[in-house]
Amino acid sequence: MVFLGLGAALEGSRYEIGTLQQMGPGFLPVVLGVILAGLGILIAGASAISAGGHDEEIIPDRPEWRGWACVVAGPALFIVGGYYGGLIPAAFLCVFVASLGDRTATLGRSLVLAAGVTLLGVVLFYYVLGVPFPSGRWMSGW
Amino acid sequence: MVESALANLWFGFSVALEPHNLLWCMVGVLVGNIVGVLPGMGVLATISILLPLTFGMNAVAAVLMLAGVFYGAQYGGAICSILLNLPCHPPHAVTCLDGFPLTTQGKGGTALSITMLASFVGASFGITEMIFLAPALARTALEFGPSEVCSLMLLGLLAGSTLARGSPVKGLAMTVFGLLLGMVGSDMGTGTERFTFGIMNLYDGIEIVALALGLFGIAEFMKSVNRTSPVESRYVNVRMRDMRPDAADLKRSILPMIRGTLLGSLCALVPGTGPTIASFVSYATEKKVSRTPERFGGGAIEGVACPEASTHSSVQGDFIPTMSLGIPGDSVMALILAALTIQGIVPGPQLISQHADVFWGLIASFWIGNILLVIFNVPLIGIWVKLLTIPYRYLYPSALFFVCIGVYSATNDLFGVGETLVIGVFGYALLLLGFHPAPVLLGFVLGPRFEENFRRAMLISRGDLRIFIERPISAVLIGLCVLLIAGLIYVRLRRKRPAMRLSVRMSPD
Repeated sequence: MVFLGLGAALEGSRYEIGTLQQMGPGFLPVVLGVILAGLGILIAGASAISAGGHDEEIIPDRPEWRGWACVVAGPALFIVGGYYGGLIPAAFLCVFVASLGDRTATLGRSLVLAAGVTLLGVVLFYYVLGVPFPSGRWMSGW
Repeated sequence: MVESALANLWFGFSVALEPHNLLWCMVGVLVGNIVGVLPGMGVLATISILLPLTFGMNAVAAVLMLAGVFYGAQYGGAICSILLNLPCHPPHAVTCLDGFPLTTQGKGGTALSITMLASFVGASFGITEMIFLAPALARTALEFGPSEVCSLMLLGLLAGSTLARGSPVKGLAMTVFGLLLGMVGSDMGTGTERFTFGIMNLYDGIEIVALALGLFGIAEFMKSVNRTSPVESRYVNVRMRDMRPDAADLKRSILPMIRGTLLGSLCALVPGTGPTIASFVSYATEKKVSRTPERFGGGAIEGVACPEASTHSSVQGDFIPTMSLGIPGDSVMALILAALTIQGIVPGPQLISQHADVFWGLIASFWIGNILLVIFNVPLIGIWVKLLTIPYRYLYPSALFFVCIGVYSATNDLFGVGETLVIGVFGYALLLLGFHPAPVLLGFVLGPRFEENFRRAMLISRGDLRIFIERPISAVLIGLCVLLIAGLIYVRLRRKRPAMRLSVRMSPD
C-alpha cells in the first residue's frame, strides 16, 4: 500500500518535471500530477495509520509464479514469434506457453489446444477478416 | 412528444432490422451470453477484444454489437449465479443468495425462468426510460458551453470513481491516473509531445484497445490463473421442461419485479451507480419490504426477481448519460463511447440529432436483442449449461491469443502488443494493491475532451476560474461535486467503527 502511495507521488513529481513547458500544453498535466501525488500521500498516510505493521503483503498468500510467468510470456512470445515468423508461430507459441501456466496442464493437451487455436486464428483473422499479418514468412506462397 | 418518439422508434426499428445490423446485433448478444455464462471471462475483456473488429463495420452495426455483448452478458451471468453459486459478474452476486438455494431445492429452472422474465421487464422499462429521457436531456445539454461540459465531466468522473467498488480515494487516484494516460501523445493545441519519452509509437497516444485489454484482459488472467476452482456441476442439468414457473411463484414475483425495475432505473440516472449497486440496493429493499424476510437467503423467489429486474433496467438506463451527454457512467460505457469515436462520431448532446440512425437503431436493437436473448435462453438452456463446464485452463490461453491478435489488428503493429503487456502487468500490480482499474479507463476516455473543454473555458474567461461558478448550470454541477466529496468525507468519519461490518457485507467481492 505504502509502496504505491509513494510510487504515485513519485510519478506525479516526475510528470511535473517532464512537462514544465510553457503554460499551454503542460498546465493540466502538472495540475493532475500534483493531485495524484496528493492522493498518493493521502493513501499512504491512511494505510500507515491504520495498518501499522503488515504493509508488505503485496504478494497474495498463494503466489502463482508459474501462472504469472506463463501469462506474461504468452504475449511476449507473440511479439517475438510475430516479428521473426508470422502469425502461425506467434499464435502457436503464445497459446502453448500460456496454457502451461495452469498447474493441471499436460504437454500433450497444451499442444492440441495451441494447434487448434492457431488453426482457428489463422482461418478467422487471416482469411476471413483479412488482418494484414504475414502468416508465416516461409509460407508466403500460400 | 409521444408521437415523435414513436415515429423515431419506428425509424429505429427499420434501421435495426436491416439484415446486416440484425446479424451483428445477434452476434453481439450471443457472444455476450456465452461470455456471461463462462466463469472467469469478463464483459470488459470481451468488448475490448471485439473493439478492433468493429473498425471495418459501419457505426450502427458496431454499436449494436458491442451493446449486445453488454446486456447479453447480464442474461448469461444470471445463469452462472443461479446454477453454480458463482458470482462471476458482480451485478449477479446478490442473485446467488437466493438463486442457488432454489437450485439445490430442485427449483433452478423456475428461478431461471423468473430471471428471464424479470430481466425482460426491467430491460423494457429501462429502454422506455431512455426513449423519453435521453432526447430531453440532450436538448438541455445542447445549450451547454465549455464550462458546463467541463463541470459535468468533473461530476461524472468524481461519481464514477468514488461510487464504484472499493475505496473512493483509490478510485479517485485511478481516475487521475487515467486522465494522465489520456494525455500521452501529441498535444491537441500545440502539437507538443507529452509523456512519449521519445518513443515514436506513443506519438498518437496510448491505444484504447491496448489499455482496455491490458487492464481487463491480461491483468484478469494473471489474477485468475490457477484460482478458478473446478465447477460444481451437480445441479446443472436443467431442461426446458423445468423452466415453466408455477402460478404461485409468478404471482409472488410480480411486485418485486416492478419495485426492482423502478429502483434500477433510478440508479441508472445517478452517474457512477451502475447495475451492481442497483442490484444490491434492490435486494436490501425487497428484504425490508417483505412480510417474510426470514425466507431471504434460503431460496426466496423474490430475492431473484427483484435484483435481476433492477440490474437489467439499470443496464439499459446506463446508456442514457452515455448517448445523450457523452459522459459514460462506467468503464463499459467508456468503451462503447470509444467505439463511437473510432467510427468518427463525436459523442455528446448532438449525437441524437446528427446520428439519429445510431441512437434510435440502438434503442430498437435493445428490444430486438432482449427478445432474442429470451429466445436463445429458454430453449437452449441445455447448451449454456454445458458451456459452464469448460475448464478455465482451455479458456485463458485462447483468450490471451485473441487479446494479442486484437491489439495487433487495432494498431497493425507489434508494439501495441508490448504496450498491452506492460499495462497488463502494471494493472495486475494495481489489483494486488487494492486499486480497481476500471476508473482508469473512464479517465482515459474523458481525458482529452476534458482538457479541450477546460482550455476553451479558460480562453473564454481569460484564465478566470470563476467562470465555473458564475454560470448557473455549471455552478449547480460544481455544487454537486462538492456535495459528493463532503458526503464521502462525512460517511468516512461517521462509520469508522460501527458500520465497518455493513460495508464488508455489502461489498460485492
